[in-house]
Amino acid sequence: MKRATKLTLAGTVALLATSGAALAQTKTLDTVKQRGALSCGVHTGLAGFGQPDDKGNWTGLDVDYCKAIAAAIFGDEKKIKYVPTTPKERFTALQSGEIDVLIRTTTWTMSRDSSLGLSFAGVNYYDGQGFIVKKSLGVKSAKELNGATVCVQTGTTTELNLADYFKVNNMTYKPVVFEKVDEATQAYQAGRCDVYTTDQSGLYSVRLQFANPADHIVLPEIISKEPLGPSVRQGDSQWLTIVKWVHYALINAEELGVTKANVDQMLNSTNPEIKRLLGKEGDFGKGIGLDNDWAVKIIKAVGNYGELFDRNVGAGSRLNIDRGLNRLWNKGGIQYAPPIR
Amino acid sequence: MAVATSTRGAARSAPRASFFYRPEVRQAIYQIVTVLALAVLFYILVTNTAANLRKQNIASGFDFIHRTSGFDVSQTLIAYDNSMTYGRAFLVGLLNTLLVAAIGIVLATVLGFVVGIARLSSNWLVAKLAAIYVEVIRNVPLLLQLFFWYFAVLKSLPGPRQSHPVPGGGFLNVRGLYLPAPVPEPGFDLVLLAGLAGIAGSILLYLASRRRQRLTGHRLPVLWGTLALAVAMPLAVFLLLGQPLAFDYPELKGFNFQGGMVLQPEFIALLVGLAIYTASFIAEIVRAGILGVSKGQKEAARALGLSNGQMLRLVVIPQAMRIIIPPLTSQFLNLTKNSSLGVAIAYPDLVSVWAGTVLNQTGQAVEVILITMGVYLSLSLLTSAFMNWFNRRMALVER
Repeated sequence: MKRATKLTLAGTVALLATSGAALAQTKTLDTVKQRGALSCGVHTGLAGFGQPDDKGNWTGLDVDYCKAIAAAIFGDEKKIKYVPTTPKERFTALQSGEIDVLIRTTTWTMSRDSSLGLSFAGVNYYDGQGFIVKKSLGVKSAKELNGATVCVQTGTTTELNLADYFKVNNMTYKPVVFEKVDEATQAYQAGRCDVYTTDQSGLYSVRLQFANPADHIVLPEIISKEPLGPSVRQGDSQWLTIVKWVHYALINAEELGVTKANVDQMLNSTNPEIKRLLGKEGDFGKGIGLDNDWAVKIIKAVGNYGELFDRNVGAGSRLNIDRGLNRLWNKGGIQYAPPIR
Repeated sequence: MAVATSTRGAARSAPRASFFYRPEVRQAIYQIVTVLALAVLFYILVTNTAANLRKQNIASGFDFIHRTSGFDVSQTLIAYDNSMTYGRAFLVGLLNTLLVAAIGIVLATVLGFVVGIARLSSNWLVAKLAAIYVEVIRNVPLLLQLFFWYFAVLKSLPGPRQSHPVPGGGFLNVRGLYLPAPVPEPGFDLVLLAGLAGIAGSILLYLASRRRQRLTGHRLPVLWGTLALAVAMPLAVFLLLGQPLAFDYPELKGFNFQGGMVLQPEFIALLVGLAIYTASFIAEIVRAGILGVSKGQKEAARALGLSNGQMLRLVVIPQAMRIIIPPLTSQFLNLTKNSSLGVAIAYPDLVSVWAGTVLNQTGQAVEVILITMGVYLSLSLLTSAFMNWFNRRMALVER
């Protein structure tokens, strides 16, 4: 009895002593490789960006970015664990380590960059907030929305921008705040609110799922800047660099004309820029902890940025959103990547 | 035990050894060590969490309560707009939770008692309907019921431009139940004062009647007295002062009705859903309590010539309350905590406003969740304390 209590006491003290030590800084790349799959935080269901089909296969612009990162690390874009997240839990999921990267139509803002302990790895979609209303209301502009009821999702920049816009234009509104997109759009269709607001790409996306898409119009006003991009935890610069350069590789590939179809041919190209991108020259892949043919694997999995955009939200998809600001810098847009050299 | 002490008492070893061998000293030492260990563990948890948050550059501390919120809330019992602080938003959410919890508890208790007694009715149809109600409602998850009440009911209501008129100048549409709001004019406080005086008077009348009954066996006319004091007197004052009450009628202007007061569909759906769900559990508790009263009591009441209603009211329920009140407390706590499901149907309760929007905008999950847990814990402790006091008062002194 005496010995047992002495042992338990000693054990407890030892446990307490060790639990006080701070956690060592683990590298996310090592964790991902060890796990054998990338844990990717995605949308719960937004057509064009992150949506599971009825067989459970995920498609979308953000999902393709997950696939690109997994391809760069493993060479296999199927080695992914998709974790659907709502706006409420997405940041806690990333902060706690449940997901390695959050690619979920998340706007890059200063407060998210600073007080949440996250870093954004680029902008994969330049967007802005808009409104969708029923045609039967006869509203042609957002400035006519004084006194309207607006459905919005909780914990988003949308909620704050809405308040700012109505204040600046001396209009009043009544918010109806939901947690999930489906609930918000259902209430909008049932007539609970006059307007639904989210990023414009999201508006086109949800309109597809309405009973009569032609009965709704997206108002022309864009009331905010919404640069959407992937984010990772702060403190792991290697992982941040990897995610950043996956995005830049996609842009550079489109700039240089490397597509999913011709990447094998391009391996024999004499263009030094293409050689550096595809790893035929230099040790750029090794510099970030991946193989030198990291970009080849990415392009084989998802194509270049232009193909990715067209397939998911552009002319090759049901959303048919114009590329607009998301064109390359030399084609009239602002997608620009630093050179691989 | 007595044998052990007598052999131990001999002065063979030093006094120090026998001190530690005494059971009460041993117990005290073990308890002190455990408390110290818990305190050390708690301290390590707190400092470890703070250190990890700092290392990950996640903001911590409670300063965010004084920052501007920047968002609006659809239902606020106190004045609130998006230029006020997060702390004010917290109060708004808390008041919304308390409102739905308080009214929900009252409705659920009333409905629960009715259904519980109905299930024991000798009328076969009534008993069976009550049984079906209890079995169906108890076994469907609450979230699904809330979705049903919100979306199924919402879809059936017309838009603002085609509202159903409600007698009295109100309107019913998908945006809510719009009612004329009473606007008190000068002199209305006298009416309120008269009303309060009337209520106080009727309580005194009831107590006096009970005392008289105990002493002489005769009761005073409590019902008529209450009607006269609490209803007729304030009404008379109201009419004498020239009806100092105006009404603000809701009018359709643009997109929505302006003016008047509105009961939002989120509030009504959450209230109805919670009340009906919790009432099904309370019905079973009431039934258990009534069945727990010994048959002899009912037979004696019948023998005295009491009707069914009198027997229930004067003999059975007072004794059943001893069995009913403790599980009833749990149901009240469940209802309060279940109100947090309101976030699924856009009701701006504490979880939706504070642990939803504020948590997301500030990113300080640890502090926000700790405060939320603290609030629910306090509400639960207050409710149980009150119900325990009530239970002690209702406890019958057995002879």
